[in-house]
Amino acid sequence: MAVNAADAAVHTAASGTTKWSRAWQSHAPGYLFLLPWFIGFFGLTIGPIISSFYLSFTDFDLLTSPEWVGTANYVRMFTADRAFAQSMQVTFTFVLFSVPLKLAFALAIAILLNRGMKGLPLYRAVFYLPSLLGASVAIAILWRQIFAGDGLVNQFLANFGIDGPSWISNPRYSLWTLIILSVWQFGSPMIIFLAGLRQIPQDMYEAASLDGASKWRQFWKITLPLLTPVVFFNAIIQTIEAFKSFTPAFIISNGTGSPINSTLFYTLYLYNEAFSYFRMGYASALAWFLLLLIGCFTAFSFLTSKYWVHYDD
Amino acid sequence: MTIDAHKLTVVTGAENDPAARLRKRVFSVLAHALLIGASILMLYPLLWLLAASFKPENEIFMSGIWPSISWDIESYFRGWNAMRVSFSVFFMNSFVIAFLCVVGNLIACSMAAYAFARLQFKGRNFWFAMMLMTLMLPGQVTLIPQYVLFRDLGWVNTILPLVAPKFLAVDAFFVFLMVQFFRGIPRELDEAAMMDGAGPWRIYWKIMLPLSIPVLVTAAIFTFIWTWDDFFAPLIYLNRMQDYTVMLGLRTFVDSTGESDFGGLFAMSVLSIVPIFVFFLLFQRLLIEGIATTGMKR
Repeated sequence: MAVNAADAAVHTAASGTTKWSRAWQSHAPGYLFLLPWFIGFFGLTIGPIISSFYLSFTDFDLLTSPEWVGTANYVRMFTADRAFAQSMQVTFTFVLFSVPLKLAFALAIAILLNRGMKGLPLYRAVFYLPSLLGASVAIAILWRQIFAGDGLVNQFLANFGIDGPSWISNPRYSLWTLIILSVWQFGSPMIIFLAGLRQIPQDMYEAASLDGASKWRQFWKITLPLLTPVVFFNAIIQTIEAFKSFTPAFIISNGTGSPINSTLFYTLYLYNEAFSYFRMGYASALAWFLLLLIGCFTAFSFLTSKYWVHYDD
Repeated sequence: MTIDAHKLTVVTGAENDPAARLRKRVFSVLAHALLIGASILMLYPLLWLLAASFKPENEIFMSGIWPSISWDIESYFRGWNAMRVSFSVFFMNSFVIAFLCVVGNLIACSMAAYAFARLQFKGRNFWFAMMLMTLMLPGQVTLIPQYVLFRDLGWVNTILPLVAPKFLAVDAFFVFLMVQFFRGIPRELDEAAMMDGAGPWRIYWKIMLPLSIPVLVTAAIFTFIWTWDDFFAPLIYLNRMQDYTVMLGLRTFVDSTGESDFGGLFAMSVLSIVPIFVFFLLFQRLLIEGIATTGMKR
């Protein structure tokens, strides 16, 4: 509908000669094609961001209208809320371990596969499959079983006479089961690394080996520097994904972050504040703080990137 | 020229040196052994789940880590009807939602991408940058106001909050993917069409879309998979059991009978990922290429 109007605009404008109609002719189709996106951008993104900023300074339970409380929500977050501090610690631990491990596996396997291995498509498919399925509830259910007290891991350990704990319900290990789940999904960064590796010109390696550089040296002096843009991209995407992770922790801990809040991801805490306790104002403050965190992280990465990311142009 | 000569010496050198050839063989065998080991480790949990779903309830945990194969489909029947509402309803709901999301994304994202990739208008670069920024945005920031909005529209407990946003191109990832693809289509094609008097709508519909089938299929499959897998949005907006998606149904299964009926739970878990697996088998190459292009510079 909007688009037919775009065509019509072009045709009618062609006969008009005023400045305005010429401007209309050249700009209108673009805006009309973007119309759905504009409605979504303002109505579902920008509007809500502003509105949630306002809500973060209020008490709001969804039923009565929001009541202004100034910075009380933020003050409470940083001074009186142990669960908030705990959820920050859990989330940062998760990000700090899962992202580097995932990227390391992805890069190692990609490099191995890139040496013209036979059966590359098959290996690639096998490694990619978990990252396609990993976000699903079914996999979280499977993970609960694997790391349960009578689960697979302990059945395996029993063969060596080791009596393993219930990994899921032990606060010392529960977060690690989620980190392993995340690392298991290294397939999609691996695919991106593979595409990046393929763009490195082969003659660089040939020249290097003629100069007597070992494979190890070639990796550090050629592969890694030329791959830094891809490393950078993967690191940013995976970090943001890790910050936003929700489903596995929800399913594995029955939505509570148990045992003793050891898997209380930030997103899980926010969800419970909003939709279990209906503290929408406080949850909005949590959401804005998350936005700030991700914003700072992204800005910091881009600012420091010029010192370690190698761009050839 | 010189490089060609170098290549020649390197290649012939390796061919003639038996020690180098042996080293290469050993390396290759080691690499394959490593990759096969890793593959088994990656697939093992999935295979175990599949095997467990075909076992009689009392044998699931007695069979050890290498369960023998049996084909008892009892768990599937039991799991399918284990709750007040059967999984037929959940699957139907999930399919309807996923289908509508695919349609919405294909229309709205391709329109936006066409505008960004091909049309000239004031502020294009600015809006494009804005679109890219939304890629980084954590959904939690818009969650509560969106919930209030959809509640005021009376949309809670309908599929509209899950589906309608897709018709407004909110999935910036796909807009970005399509922009990259559209930019690769030769401009001469639209210029020739413009000479023949075709407007932007005709060019979009008759030239861009038909030439973009690969990226459209990629976007359709990813939309399907991500909507199918989505847990958060249904959790918030769908509260009546007859409206549940498969993922919500599974979660309720865990809560209600999970500890007593592992067989049924595993069987339904397997079924819930079958559609994703089928798409993976059929369109593996497109999916992998789609992922690969996102990491590349334009």
